[in-house]
Amino acid sequence: MALKIVKGSIDRMFDKNLQDLVRGIRNHKDDEAKYISTCIDEIKQELKQDNIAVKANAVCKLTYLQMLGYDVSWAAFNIVEVMSSSKFTYKRIGYLAASQCFHEGTDVIMLTTNQIRKDLSSPNQYDTGVALTGLSCFVTPDLARDLANDIMTLMSHTKPYIRKKAVLIMYKVFLKYPESLRPAFPRLKEKLEDPDPGVQSAAVNVICELARRNPKNYLSLAPLFFKLMTSSTNNWVLIKIIKLFGALTPLEPRLGKKLIEPLTNLIHSTSAMSLLYECVNTVIAVLISLSSGMPNHSASIQLCVQKLRILIEDSDQNLKYLGLLAMSKILKTHPKSVQSHKDLILQCLDDKDESIRLRALDLLYGMVSKKNLMEIVKKLMLHVDKAEGTTYRDELLTKIIDICSQSNFQYITNFEWYISILVELTRLEGTRHGHLIASQMLDVAIRVKAIRGFAVAQMATLLDNAHLLTGNTQRNGICEVLYAAAWICGEFSEHLEDPMQTLEAMLRPKVATLPGHIQAVYVQNAAKLFATVLRKHDGETESQAAQETSQLLIDRLPLFVQSANLEVQERASCILQLVKYIQKLQQKNVEVAEEVTALFAGELNPVAPKAQKKVPIPEGLDLDAWINEPPSESESEDEKPKAVFAKEEPKHSRSRHTEVDEKELARRREVRKQEQANNPFYIKASPSSQKVYDAPGVEHIPVVQIDLSVPLKVPGMPMSDQYLKLEVERRQKEKAERKKKEKKKKREKRGKERKADSGPESEEDITPAHQVDIVTEEMPENALPSDDDDKDPNDPHKALDIDLDKPLADSEKLPVRTHRPEALKSPAEDRDSESVPQETKKKSGKEKKKDKEKDRKRSKEEKKKKKKHKEVEEELLESQPEEAVQSEETKEAAAPPTSTSAEQEVCVLMCVCLQEVTAPSSAAAAVDTSSAAAPESEPDEPKDTEPEDTKSSKHKKKKQKKEKEEKEKKKKKRHHHHHQHHSDAGGEDSVQNGTVEEEEPLPVSQSHSVSLKQEVKVYDIQGNHQDESKVVVSVIFENKSDSFLKSMEFNVLDSLNSKLQRPEGAGAHDSLTVPFQLPPGVSNEARFVFSVQSIIMPQKLKGTLTFIVKSDESSTHEKLDFKLHFTCTSYLITTPCYSDAYAKLLESGDLKGSSLRLEGINMPFHHLLARICFHHHFSVVERIDSCASMYSRSIQGHHVCLLVKTSDQTVSIDAKCDEPSLLGNVLDEIKQTFSKC
Amino acid sequence: MIKAILIFNNHGKPRLIRFYQYFAEDMQQQIIRETFHLVSKRDDNVCNFLEGGSLIGGSDYKLIYRHYATLYFVFCVDSSESELGILDLIQVFVETLDKCFENVCELDLIFHMDKVHYILQEVVMGGMVLETNMNEIVAQVELQNRMEKSEVQVWASI
Repeated sequence: MALKIVKGSIDRMFDKNLQDLVRGIRNHKDDEAKYISTCIDEIKQELKQDNIAVKANAVCKLTYLQMLGYDVSWAAFNIVEVMSSSKFTYKRIGYLAASQCFHEGTDVIMLTTNQIRKDLSSPNQYDTGVALTGLSCFVTPDLARDLANDIMTLMSHTKPYIRKKAVLIMYKVFLKYPESLRPAFPRLKEKLEDPDPGVQSAAVNVICELARRNPKNYLSLAPLFFKLMTSSTNNWVLIKIIKLFGALTPLEPRLGKKLIEPLTNLIHSTSAMSLLYECVNTVIAVLISLSSGMPNHSASIQLCVQKLRILIEDSDQNLKYLGLLAMSKILKTHPKSVQSHKDLILQCLDDKDESIRLRALDLLYGMVSKKNLMEIVKKLMLHVDKAEGTTYRDELLTKIIDICSQSNFQYITNFEWYISILVELTRLEGTRHGHLIASQMLDVAIRVKAIRGFAVAQMATLLDNAHLLTGNTQRNGICEVLYAAAWICGEFSEHLEDPMQTLEAMLRPKVATLPGHIQAVYVQNAAKLFATVLRKHDGETESQAAQETSQLLIDRLPLFVQSANLEVQERASCILQLVKYIQKLQQKNVEVAEEVTALFAGELNPVAPKAQKKVPIPEGLDLDAWINEPPSESESEDEKPKAVFAKEEPKHSRSRHTEVDEKELARRREVRKQEQANNPFYIKASPSSQKVYDAPGVEHIPVVQIDLSVPLKVPGMPMSDQYLKLEVERRQKEKAERKKKEKKKKREKRGKERKADSGPESEEDITPAHQVDIVTEEMPENALPSDDDDKDPNDPHKALDIDLDKPLADSEKLPVRTHRPEALKSPAEDRDSESVPQETKKKSGKEKKKDKEKDRKRSKEEKKKKKKHKEVEEELLESQPEEAVQSEETKEAAAPPTSTSAEQEVCVLMCVCLQEVTAPSSAAAAVDTSSAAAPESEPDEPKDTEPEDTKSSKHKKKKQKKEKEEKEKKKKKRHHHHHQHHSDAGGEDSVQNGTVEEEEPLPVSQSHSVSLKQEVKVYDIQGNHQDESKVVVSVIFENKSDSFLKSMEFNVLDSLNSKLQRPEGAGAHDSLTVPFQLPPGVSNEARFVFSVQSIIMPQKLKGTLTFIVKSDESSTHEKLDFKLHFTCTSYLITTPCYSDAYAKLLESGDLKGSSLRLEGINMPFHHLLARICFHHHFSVVERIDSCASMYSRSIQGHHVCLLVKTSDQTVSIDAKCDEPSLLGNVLDEIKQTFSKC
Repeated sequence: MIKAILIFNNHGKPRLIRFYQYFAEDMQQQIIRETFHLVSKRDDNVCNFLEGGSLIGGSDYKLIYRHYATLYFVFCVDSSESELGILDLIQVFVETLDKCFENVCELDLIFHMDKVHYILQEVVMGGMVLETNMNEIVAQVELQNRMEKSEVQVWASI
């Protein structure tokens, strides 16, 4: 061993550490990648070594390389190894690496559960802290579920350092495991009033984060936050709370009224700009929520705006930015107050800082009115021309469109102007927002009937000049506007002056370079135009024009028939055939215009975006139900390929088509085969066009590149500027006219003109230039009203929308560690049903009033009882655990004789669980507690670790129950709990070799009547061995009485071997103060450190808890005795061991042997092993059939090896250990475990 | 919530990266590049807020940064954080570094990335602000360093 260490340290001297690595990388600037790859090879070698120091060093280097962008996930397992080192130094390195590169998809994460749990309960606060920090970065739903309870316990840790971290991480746990929110919330709420400011701040942080997403659930906390706000001096906390109030006030206006005063005070008193700014922000939110037109409030708004103006005018760019940001909040509800600062905001548009410009843009959105829209947009258009960088330019473009289109084009008085703005925008180079412009064009043309003529003319021009837009197709999305242009020209072709020319423009060969979906629209709308042309020439016999049109189509369409795009091809071939047929009819002088027009008759109305969603589902419609009997699986498999075949080979459906289609098909097949666009075997259909465009593919087409960086003036297009001038003139004219006319008359007229004129009063004077009829969107009849359409279903916070004010139900508990979920299931279910009558029974015996309170208590208890699952698990491992419980009474007689000696003992054993830091196991000891009134403690309760024990103790109690009617109720309750655990366990599936404890109500004094119960429940004692001689026992105190318990003092009578660790300077017999008080029904946990010298013998310690019971009228001093029982098993730590190391250990000959025979063991072998593992902290090294080797280690490093064999009902255990008396005691304890089943 | 904390130098070389949401390594590098690109072209006399890049976050997120000598400290945060508060936090963080490293400079961050992480862990945890009191942060960091030292001594004495 020593040699190994020496060797390791020598190795280490030659290893590179992080600094060497960094230095090396800096020295290899030219061939960095190569150098790093050799380093990674070295790291791989280092990771293979056993020495943990070397491994940790390697992992540390990997963390650095991860920062440089190297994937280090291959070392995930090594990272886990380093995480589980017992040394803080290495552990920290491991957790850091894990937090940098683990994520939900990392599979080794599931190996870490126990390690993390162990670290969380480590007596060293920094181990716990490091584990919490790491976990906060890579917590998964599984980890959250399995560890939620442990973390919740840490929220009451004695160290504020741990408390604040535990509180913060709960938020992550909630996100991943929303079920934990309700059970954990009461404790989280308590932490808002934690004495430590850091913990308090963490709790505020978490609740603010939660409340931000679902504010309504947290309204009830408002008074508490209000108190905090007026008392706290921590700016961070204040900022968070004030921000939270900003989110809450819209839901509760009364809150707002109360807030104004303290907030104003803060504004005056604070020197911190951040706090001041948030105060102003929240005041704004309050004023917004309050001001329903009340004049004095609008005055306050003005005041706020004035203050913000000062911020905006400040030379500090940060304040300017924030001023604009806050301004935009006011804008939403009080646009008028902001509008007066238009000058300032337009000025900000010229700022050199892009962040500020963007904010100013945001503000402009709300500042427009009918009056200033044109002016503002003109200014923006200027910026568009000047803007550098496409991002900002695109931002401008979307803002222009947003501004113009807001609230149903409310502010647009002249749609011709708007159309020309849109057309101008199409000249933007390289914008990504072509589709936005296109959808605006479509929207306006469809919904504003009066504008169609103008729009069509503009679109025709656009189509005619399409080459300007498509000059460089590959780098812009602007050609999307052609989609809109083509559609508008086709759909409203009756407005076209020269449809023939437009038709020609749409069928130009160059169109074939456009994206497929645009070509498809082109083809379809060419047909519409064709119909229009025919109609125009209707009645003219032997119309030359009509015939020419047909010919044009027949000439040009084949180009599209050959398109690789299915949609284009299909439409083109359809229309081509149609036109050919029409041509034939034309040649016979048949009147066709009527019929062709009928093809495209009817009008499309705009449909509201959410219309489809809002159609109510008809009654009785079940879309999931089978219409016919579901086909058998084999059938469906047969059918599937058929369907695919039909799709791929459209031959059948097309057999009636003409030659052209056949060729096209042939061509496509060839294309597919060769995966090449140019195919020498290609057969032409229409020679004219195909030569140039088809075979070689798009990239061979000579494209004229036009530099559009200078805005071009497209011939024949009106500039939007002209409209501005016109508009001003028009308005002046109107004003003059209006003076002559009567006001009333005009108002009537306006009412007719516009459907929805909700503009501000001052603008009523402006009449739109066009008599515009905005068609509203259609909604289905009896549409369902709903506001929540906008919520993102994937938002993780949606799951956290949980009512927190409802009292906790029994079923709401955090999962507790258990073993083997499969084994648990069926019994658990049974128990579930069993527990129901139990509950009713209990309830019937009590007054309703108390009932409620009990429920609350019980739910709390249950939370804490999670840890009891060990016990549950153990019982469930038995083949018929259910019977075991049911037949309690009968079993009682057979219970070990020890129980009979107990007389009036009301109380109770607890199982103590001692967890070792370095291994994922826990050792168990037991605690006996006895009440002050019945001081006689049970003599020699044998190894209480096992659940059986607790059971037997229960039996004992059952007996007492007979004797003491007075206590019956309590016992029932306990009994009930017992069942509850089982049902609990059924729902959980995590595995833990953890803690067992039994809880019992402890009447403090017998004189107390049942109605005034003074119970202190001491259960869940959990401990940790930090080093060889230290043990940490955690005790949960629960106040089951109706009175307040305070000044609790915990004391244990030290033995020579074990001593309670007291703070320096304290006497050997001084009590330790429990650092909390217990209100009725509340429980809390405290931890105590013991030093232990020898671990080879089990031992018991007597202890006392003194406390003051405070009721309304009096307060009394009470005392509670208990016993802590450390078994030898409790000093063992589950330590994994590899079989070769195990073999070496046995060969070494240092170990002394002993053996044990157990008769009449009637359980499956794996259950037996599980029991040993679970209760005695062994791990299975190897198992062959009915023989298994097991290993464990004591906290002082004793090796314990077991060879377990079974045949029939006999189990023989051969054991070896380097400490014979320890081994003897452990074997005794094992025997005890099995003697009870 | 803080989504990411990036420290890089004037040339865009990362000195510390800390993402509180998972991104694959190549994506992380892309984000660093994009963020550097956004931040580095800004003058020192413009505001310290930047509406987030396209890669990280989206409209709810903001980049809040400070530029110290050769280093940029960039925090990517959502709207629940106070902008000026985060600026103060960066200042606290840098001052803490200064205390822990005694006149911190870029070289300290280069060679002691792990230590910088440990300090950061005492300030921000899982994307939420843990502690803003510099003395408390320094005290905790020092206690942990002392623990590490004592372990090393034990190891050396073997």
